[in-house]
Amino acid sequence: MGSSNTDSGSADKALDDIYDDYQQWELNTGGETIHAKRVSGFWRNLKWLTGSTWLLFFLGYFVRWGDRQAVFFDIGNRQFHIFNFTILPQDFWMLSLLLLFFALLLAASTALFGRVYCGFFCFQTIWTDVYTWIEEKLEGAPAKRRKIDKAKMDFTKFRIKFVKHALWLIIGFVTGVSFVAWFYDGIQLWKDIFSFQVGSTAIITISMFTVGTYVLAGFLREQTCFWLCPYARIQAVMIDTTSAVVTYDFHRGEPRGRIKKGQSEEERTTGDCVECLQCIAVCPTGVDIRHGSQEGCINCALCIDACDAVMKKINRPTGLIRYESLDEIEGKEARSLFKRPRVWIYGAIMSLALLGIAYGLSTIDAIELKVLHDRQPLFVLQSDGSIQNKYILKILNKIDKDVSVTISATGPEGLKIIGADKPVKAHHGKINPHTVFVRVPGENLTAETEPIVFRIDTVATGKEIFFSDRESIFIGPRR
Amino acid sequence: MADNNPFPGENNTGHIWDDNIRELSNPPPGWWMISFWASIAFFIGYGVLYPFLPIGEEPTKGILGWTQIGEFNKGLDEVNAVRAPYEAKIKDLTAKQILEDDSLTTYTIASSKVLFGDFCAPCHGGGGQGGPEYPVLVDDNWLYGGTVETIEQTITNGRKATMTAHANILKPEEMEALVKSIMDGKPTEEPLYAAKGCIACHGADGKGLQVLGAANLTDKIWRFPAQDQAESVRHTIMHGVNFAGDPKTREAIMPAFGERLSKDDVKKLAVYVYKLGAGQ
Repeated sequence: MGSSNTDSGSADKALDDIYDDYQQWELNTGGETIHAKRVSGFWRNLKWLTGSTWLLFFLGYFVRWGDRQAVFFDIGNRQFHIFNFTILPQDFWMLSLLLLFFALLLAASTALFGRVYCGFFCFQTIWTDVYTWIEEKLEGAPAKRRKIDKAKMDFTKFRIKFVKHALWLIIGFVTGVSFVAWFYDGIQLWKDIFSFQVGSTAIITISMFTVGTYVLAGFLREQTCFWLCPYARIQAVMIDTTSAVVTYDFHRGEPRGRIKKGQSEEERTTGDCVECLQCIAVCPTGVDIRHGSQEGCINCALCIDACDAVMKKINRPTGLIRYESLDEIEGKEARSLFKRPRVWIYGAIMSLALLGIAYGLSTIDAIELKVLHDRQPLFVLQSDGSIQNKYILKILNKIDKDVSVTISATGPEGLKIIGADKPVKAHHGKINPHTVFVRVPGENLTAETEPIVFRIDTVATGKEIFFSDRESIFIGPRR
Repeated sequence: MADNNPFPGENNTGHIWDDNIRELSNPPPGWWMISFWASIAFFIGYGVLYPFLPIGEEPTKGILGWTQIGEFNKGLDEVNAVRAPYEAKIKDLTAKQILEDDSLTTYTIASSKVLFGDFCAPCHGGGGQGGPEYPVLVDDNWLYGGTVETIEQTITNGRKATMTAHANILKPEEMEALVKSIMDGKPTEEPLYAAKGCIACHGADGKGLQVLGAANLTDKIWRFPAQDQAESVRHTIMHGVNFAGDPKTREAIMPAFGERLSKDDVKKLAVYVYKLGAGQ
């Protein structure tokens, strides 16, 4: 921006600069790379702040818990460690609740604030933001970038482009490594990478992430949001007129028109929008927010920063574009949360999911017993007239060491377990099958099937004793 | 033709009929043509490497020498390699010694399931539950003994017991008296039990002699269970078991597997049956 000594002169210069950025945009199918202008402001800072939550993704796996990674999805051993919890495949119903929670969190946040996820948290927009930040640092402002794109390849251009793509690829690579690190010992992974000892699965995954990140954030950018992401397509049903979204106040802005130089504020016949097109110039997806909420708008609110800056310069009130619901723009009263069933139904389901997870985590058994009643034959008559049933006990040991368990059962009177006189070894992290027979004197059976409860207790080696029980049935002859 | 093309600039081939019907040239996109040629290249490459043209007696073999049976055998070799250390141990052990080793027992049971299904299940049932006229293998009543050695012997050599048909020996009222005493589980209290020679095979205590495969008459298990158990007992006494000359006689033959199965397989089956639930 040029600066001048006289007030009117600086305003005119500012206007000229603004109108220079004018560009007519049509439906964006990626034919032309969008070089969005960067302006500073409240929302810009907020985007950096929320985007930085992704640092957890890059750094979180360095946190240790005891002698292992604190959060470690050990697929090879089919164990997921999250701090002091160890989750086995048997507890995976909790994962479905977690997914339910996040799906509805997305729905609820959309109902309340539109696509805040897209604008402030989504890896696609955050990574793209970082990539274009690098691009701007190396190549300069949008106009310069367009110029350099069109310029013939020479040494300078090659050097700039080379550094840019190298940085992009490095970020992609670190992204891939960080992803794999959650499923591998992270520190060990870095060591293995530098000593060329990484397994093929990790190499393939890291390569896929490197290339994926590079292509998606470097080249596809907003095209991903437009044409790949399903969320953009369904947002229309997820928001309503009460959802706060990035909105252009058309009552205030229209009819839009350029400022006529020398015209006094009283004579003005146009609305507040001065057609400076700054909102489009800064938009990372290249949409015109003045057309209203649309699938290309990721609600990043950067246009608010741009518009407010212009409004301040021309001494008009800020907030021509602002975060507000359509109802409020139309002058209606904002509906209270109580009258928005969509929000509290989402909230209720989310709470249920959280409660379910809390219940699951608080009741995770150290050992778990499942009982399979053998079906062929259902029962066997013994020579003394007693009835024998065969059971396969599946003993799941979630403790981090092998234990021995004793087996007992309560059920029909006079039952005798065969095959459980000695404690049974249960290897850790495994399902240990063990066959037992149960005999009951025939005269003690009163029904064709009777309940029987098996119970296993760990043989005390430390201070803690764990047990688990499971009901099954004892089958006898038809009566 | 190009000189007087009435539809210039629409990429037609210049072939025009009836004034306005013309052939347009709209080639498929480049990526499509590339994948088209790539698939043809693949087709040729595959044909060179793998069995391909069904000409003559056998298809062309391909330079890699790949065959389905070869791949199958490779898979089989892998399985056998996993099994080899166990099988090597089993070779030198008796069935009883296998039973003393937990991990070997587990291996034996797992690997004999198929053997049992192929050779035993047709008569004795998939779970050893027995079939009509065929003995149950999971109860504690053994005609010939339930130690693992006897089971092994039974599988190797087969079994065939005989019981005389008594239709012409016993009078109807004697028959009824014996049937009743057997149904009550107290055959020895009936004087005819000793007098008519039942005692010779079924023993002085009525519990049968395992060397002969004679059934225990005092327990709750019937060798030939039926809805009308008394009728079944009567039938057995009248017509005997495996009694030549009586067409209605009970047939109860366990075939010998000693020549059909290897020694190790028999050993493994003995362990499997022993572990079905009632080994003694």
